[in-house]
Amino acid sequence: MKDLLEIRWHGRGGQGAKTAAQFLAEAALELGKYIQAFPEYGPERAGAPIRSYTRISDKPINIHSPVTNPDVVAVVDPTLLDTIDVTNGLGDDGILVVNTHEDVAAIRKKTNFKKGKVAVCNATKISLEILKIPMPNTPMLGALLKVRNIVPIENLENEVKKKFLKKIGQEKTDGNIKAIRRAHKEVKIG
Amino acid sequence: MRERMPGKMHQDETRCKAVILTTHFNGWHGIYFKLNSNNMPTKTKQKEKTKNIVALTGDQAASEAMRQIDPDVVAAYPITPQTEIVMNFSQFVDDGKVSTEMIHVESEHSAMSACVGSAVSGARTMTATSANGLALMWEIVYIAASTRLPIVMPVVNRALSAPINIHCDHSDSMGARDSGWIQIYCENAQEVYENVIVAVKVAEHKKILLPVMVCQDGFITSHGVEGIEIFPDDKVKKFIGEYKLEHTLIDVDNPVTYGPLDLQDFYFEHKRQQSEAMKNAITTIPEVLAEFNRTFGKSHDLIEEYRLNDAQIGIVALSSTVGTTKTVVDELRKEGLKVGLLKPRFFRPFPKERITKALAGLKAVAVLDRSESFSNEGGPLFTEIKAALYESAKRPLVTNYIYGLGGRDIFPEDIKKVYKDLEDIKKNGKVGSLVNYLGVRD
Repeated sequence: MKDLLEIRWHGRGGQGAKTAAQFLAEAALELGKYIQAFPEYGPERAGAPIRSYTRISDKPINIHSPVTNPDVVAVVDPTLLDTIDVTNGLGDDGILVVNTHEDVAAIRKKTNFKKGKVAVCNATKISLEILKIPMPNTPMLGALLKVRNIVPIENLENEVKKKFLKKIGQEKTDGNIKAIRRAHKEVKIG
Repeated sequence: MRERMPGKMHQDETRCKAVILTTHFNGWHGIYFKLNSNNMPTKTKQKEKTKNIVALTGDQAASEAMRQIDPDVVAAYPITPQTEIVMNFSQFVDDGKVSTEMIHVESEHSAMSACVGSAVSGARTMTATSANGLALMWEIVYIAASTRLPIVMPVVNRALSAPINIHCDHSDSMGARDSGWIQIYCENAQEVYENVIVAVKVAEHKKILLPVMVCQDGFITSHGVEGIEIFPDDKVKKFIGEYKLEHTLIDVDNPVTYGPLDLQDFYFEHKRQQSEAMKNAITTIPEVLAEFNRTFGKSHDLIEEYRLNDAQIGIVALSSTVGTTKTVVDELRKEGLKVGLLKPRFFRPFPKERITKALAGLKAVAVLDRSESFSNEGGPLFTEIKAALYESAKRPLVTNYIYGLGGRDIFPEDIKKVYKDLEDIKKNGKVGSLVNYLGVRD
């Protein structure tokens, strides 16, 4: 299945993990890829742990079950590290991207993820400083694209603009773009 | 019939325009779905410049097809996971993108009642529902079919209560399998889009005139985003054509009656005609599909055979599980196992000849059912396939797996286990257990 890129997002309801999964998929669609983006629904409520998934491939994607062996795991909420095994199914050559104020070594220790790549970025801080609200999903996309260039960052920015302009206006859309770029710059990879 | 119609029908118009407004909000997925249907991005793949590929969920795909169809009347009540269809379509109405009279009713029973009233007047009519919504419209579901009204209804499959559950299984539409509706099951969002368009043409075909359910898997398909090829509006409109009902209730110069008292003297004859319509459907649907395929460059058929040609063991499944099974078939084929897959696209009418022919060469077949019939003899898909094979001179050993109830995930590993069991059945020449439960705690 390795002609297929599979990403699992961990977040809490309201942080935009579903939207992040979708933005990335749609940016890839723009490049002519086949895509899937879907959330895992439990009893939905703000603050509850949720998972969402992105699949990107050069070939049609037939599979319709949740991702169990992701290539990339993105953790949008750092408090989930204490309660959920976020690296479950993530292989030795996998990538773990975490929204956290801690460093790579601390995250490796906490998750016991030894071999793969770990990237850390304080996406909540970036979001709070630029957007004045804790919406870590868009900066997390910026961080993720630095670790693995799934789509050119410009494509992602275009996608965000297209989706957000009408919904949240020019100023907040610009803020999101700024947050993506800053996270892309500030992410630490180890 | 009329006293049950909610609200007032304007019967002076050729095309019935009914307006009833109540607002209900099925707020379960509140913050997560702020879709701006105005703003659906139109994307062209770089590789395939001529195709219009758009990122849509299954629900959005259904509503996009409905926008292009631009039915005269839509009467619907929102229910998870169908809500987004009604939400999107209401937006299309509000934005003037369709000329449809949207009837926001107070229940699904009223939704189907309004559809029946609209359809007997000759209006092209649609609705959409899920699970308990379908259960609530039950009485009128039968009336729609028996009155031979070509209503098209996307059904977003969801488990029936109790216990209350909003996730996917097929207990809702499978319960309606004897209601006289045509049923199409969709593997993915692309098929949802295409089948809703096909359904209009099938339903309104003069030799058929039956309502059609277009079923998709709740959440798995309805809320998953995929790249969907959207056909040009004018091409869709041209394909479905104008709809003209020959005998309408509101043609006062040529008065007819619909749904009168029909006792021992004629009820049976009318039922017999209804059976005939379903028999016509099995021969007429392929003609409609052929026209669809010619127009849009597709390859739809009553069934889809996947690597069945030289297969020794096979699975029969409906809807999104078919996609997951395809990936497993590809994987096992790489290991040299002769495995295949059969997807019935249409469950009503039941494509018996095609199914028995497709399965004839196999040694062992497992039928996957996403609903329980409580007959102790297996799920509805299994019992029908088993019965169909009874008359075949060459038939495989068959076994049944009930899976995925209430949205329980089905993984490639589960499907591999079924193929492994089939290998054993093939080897031993006998079926151990006829009805099995896949992915459940015992």
